[in-house]
Amino acid sequence: MRISLGGVLALLITLWSLQALAVIETYEFSDPALEERYHSLSEELRCPKCQNQNIADSNAPISRDLRRLLYEQLESGASDGEILEHMVARYGEFVRYRPRFAGATVILWLTPFILLLAGAAIVALTLRSKGSRGGEHPLSDAERARVDNLLANREGSD
Amino acid sequence: MIPELGHFALIIALGLTILLSIIPMWGAWRRNVTAMALAPGLALGILCFVSIAYVCLTWAFVNDDFSVKVVAANSNSLLPLMYKFSALWGNHEGSLLLWALILALWTAAVATFSRGLPLLMLARVLSVMGAVGVGFLSFSLLTSNPFARLLPGTPADGSDLNPLLQDPGLIIHPPLLYMGYVGFSVAFAFAIAALLGGRLDAAWARWSRPWTNIAWAFLTLGIMLGSWWAYYELGWGGWWFWDPVENASFMPWLAGTALVHSLAATEKRGLFKSWTVLLAIFAFSLSLLGTFLVRSGVLTSVHAFATDPARGLYILVFLALVVGGSLTLYALRAPAVSSRVHFEWVSRESLLLFNNVVFLVATLTVLFGTLFPLIMDALGQGKVSVGPPYFNAVFVPLMALLAPVMGFGPVSRWKRDKTARWFAELALPAAAALLCAITLPLLNAPYNVWVALAVMLAAWLVFGLARDVWQRVRSGSHLAAGLRRLTPSYLGMLLAHLGFAACIVGVVATSQYALEHDLKMQPGDAKVVAGYEFRFVELVPVRGPNFVADEARFEVYRDGALISRLAPQKRRYLASGQVMTEAAIDAGLFRDLFVAMGEPVGEQGAWAMRLHYKPMIRWMWLGAILMAVGAFTTVLDRRYRRQRQTATAEQPGLAHGV
Amino acid sequence: MGSRLKLFLPLFLFAVLALLLFRGLSLDPMEMPSALIDRPLPAFSLPELASGELLDAAAVAGEVSLLNVWATWCVSCRVEHPYLVSLADSGVRILGLNYKDEDAAALRWLQDLGNPYQFNIADRQGTLALDLGVYGAPETYLLDAEGVVRYRHVGVVDERVWQTVLEPLYSELRAAVAAESP
Repeated sequence: MRISLGGVLALLITLWSLQALAVIETYEFSDPALEERYHSLSEELRCPKCQNQNIADSNAPISRDLRRLLYEQLESGASDGEILEHMVARYGEFVRYRPRFAGATVILWLTPFILLLAGAAIVALTLRSKGSRGGEHPLSDAERARVDNLLANREGSD
Repeated sequence: MIPELGHFALIIALGLTILLSIIPMWGAWRRNVTAMALAPGLALGILCFVSIAYVCLTWAFVNDDFSVKVVAANSNSLLPLMYKFSALWGNHEGSLLLWALILALWTAAVATFSRGLPLLMLARVLSVMGAVGVGFLSFSLLTSNPFARLLPGTPADGSDLNPLLQDPGLIIHPPLLYMGYVGFSVAFAFAIAALLGGRLDAAWARWSRPWTNIAWAFLTLGIMLGSWWAYYELGWGGWWFWDPVENASFMPWLAGTALVHSLAATEKRGLFKSWTVLLAIFAFSLSLLGTFLVRSGVLTSVHAFATDPARGLYILVFLALVVGGSLTLYALRAPAVSSRVHFEWVSRESLLLFNNVVFLVATLTVLFGTLFPLIMDALGQGKVSVGPPYFNAVFVPLMALLAPVMGFGPVSRWKRDKTARWFAELALPAAAALLCAITLPLLNAPYNVWVALAVMLAAWLVFGLARDVWQRVRSGSHLAAGLRRLTPSYLGMLLAHLGFAACIVGVVATSQYALEHDLKMQPGDAKVVAGYEFRFVELVPVRGPNFVADEARFEVYRDGALISRLAPQKRRYLASGQVMTEAAIDAGLFRDLFVAMGEPVGEQGAWAMRLHYKPMIRWMWLGAILMAVGAFTTVLDRRYRRQRQTATAEQPGLAHGV
Repeated sequence: MGSRLKLFLPLFLFAVLALLLFRGLSLDPMEMPSALIDRPLPAFSLPELASGELLDAAAVAGEVSLLNVWATWCVSCRVEHPYLVSLADSGVRILGLNYKDEDAAALRWLQDLGNPYQFNIADRQGTLALDLGVYGAPETYLLDAEGVVRYRHVGVVDERVWQTVLEPLYSELRAAVAAESP
């Protein structure tokens, strides 16, 4: 089995980042509201090199750096939007767990609505065809005769 | 020697599976009773040989046979015995063997417990399950042989099981999850058999229901255990991350829930046949898709096994054959004309239709969200991430849409009903629910609108169900007769819906009211969170069977009285050198107290600590357990047992049914 | 007939899905192109590793070059180092970004293993790295003559990587510069 260097590297990175350690920083916030924003924003940002973890849960060095950056940005008074843009400018859209509502990702946000509308249409169509307007068809004469026949033949047996 | 025996047994099992997938199916085509009658025997034979293979691999693990590759990679001589048993499925090759074993179990179960089934149907069902088995066994033997050896160059000791997996959670979560995943293959096999036979009727639905319900119950438990395990093991108090692998288990669950309800309509009224068959195919396809996602490396996940695109291709081809084949069969054989059964806009059928739609939309939304990064990448649109913020934003409203309608379900009548009657019957529960919504959240100030909404919906469901039970029992001539009206089927529905209500409350309350504090603490420090005082008493070094740790001893006080002692640890495992945090949790019905250690800070034995207050979080998992218990209860219903009595009276049907 | 056709819809959707998954097998979900492609190097003011003199973006520009992010704590960097030395010997301008490292250790390393870098930016806090979008070591950025980022390679640079990925772009950029100069 050919073991490529890239493979070994990937494996090392994988093993390293699989350590989901409790990541606990003790930043002192000047304002409790900032601490809340810190918690919520750190769940919006993705660790760029981990196997799908946000920066709150990952112990990778880059995560620590990004948390520090987040802390500094918050203390400097940046808004949520500005902070996210700051991160995206460096790491790309990849680092946001909530895709923006623009460009190609619009379809992602619209899909649930479209599906629901399609579902509603299907429900309406189905109900219309099944409802009293669809009506129950009374038996035709031939069918009624056949029923009588069958009933007559079955009498006496079970 | 023993691993080779296991390898050989696996090959025999594959051979038998190939026979099972061909002979009874041919027999059904040619109306050859002998060929068809071979099916149950073959199923039992497969179970026998896969079991032998499984036992052999277990033997290798328990006896520290490091010449077997998977044992060397996932075990260690110091590993506690129970983890040596479970390390078998903590890796790709071993978990595949577990898949094969569970599939063999389900196949044998269907062969054993289907005496009421016409031989024609049984033969087809078992053949389809055999075909699925061929895929998995051949995948295992050809690309992921669990018995591969490391000769020469056998290591003196193994690399140890990942510390995160050295936990009771590993012992129960995968087996239960696989029971669910694989269990949907039964519903799938029944659907295919019905399509092949051209017989899509209430009888088919009645046969499918118990199998589907049991599989759904296991899947519910499996997912719930995964969530609970992540909560206490990963050390950050989270319980669901919408990770691709988590979604891979949740999607079959969502489709399965739609299937469980759709089968009810098909059995009772002969409706939605096409829908139900499609849902059965869809649910199992999602199981297979999940298998693909976890093992192919196509999506990134902490839960994924070591990924290999070559293996991914194999699974993809298998997926294409099974799903493509079944969908082609569906397109050609499903009823193109909908049944001439009628129902009104206001009826139980329309509520079930609504239910189908919501769960399908939810499934497709989660599927789309999970695959979206891949879609964007494949179309050259760059790399995007879709995570919890997105999924929570779209999933919660869908469930909020469902819950109110759910309340009408048990009250509604088949075929034709009046909304006036619904409102009359449910006026009292609705009022009571509103009252709860206003008063209950006040118990945990400050008042939260979302929790109020969740409480209202849950109370609405609970009171509606309570009222319905009361009506049923009262309508009997005396108490015993009234209680007998609560059939296992009904009780199952009751428990499952109650469980769902509990889940709603648990999820919303914990999301909204949870408190989290990260701070530096040293022995002697204390911190008050939500009225609980966490006192850090001392830091003590401890030694475990295969690790050393620093243990921080906490005492928790409320109103001055000691209510709990918590001892989180920071462990370093000796074999791998990996460091891991072991959280300490004081579990309660109405709240959890959670302490986890971070890193040491400074010199005087100070550590970064995380203190969590998590109200109502257990309700979520207890609700899931209730749902599973409810599903298991439905299977006890008399009508499924009645099958066996009628079967002995009539001949195994060959003449009737095409 | 139309209703029968409707039943083929799930099969059609599945076919699309299968194609997507097949395509996905040859993609790497963890591969991330730099967010700074076709953007200039971020402004910075950091000392040079050996001399201590302050460097800025202007010092980097002037010639098509490789900016290699490395550190002594990075195992793979050691693996890639000899190849970088040989690249430098063949005339490629390689600059170093010493990422969150200790100056003394870094200098010792260069002394022991050879120095392919024209100069090294000592980024002890990782501030420039953060602005560049570095998330681990080793990483190598290809910069054109104006100091604009053209490509980023994550991981070890070896013969295969150079030949297949970096060299073509490098030559193209060099040719562009040669074409412009009088």
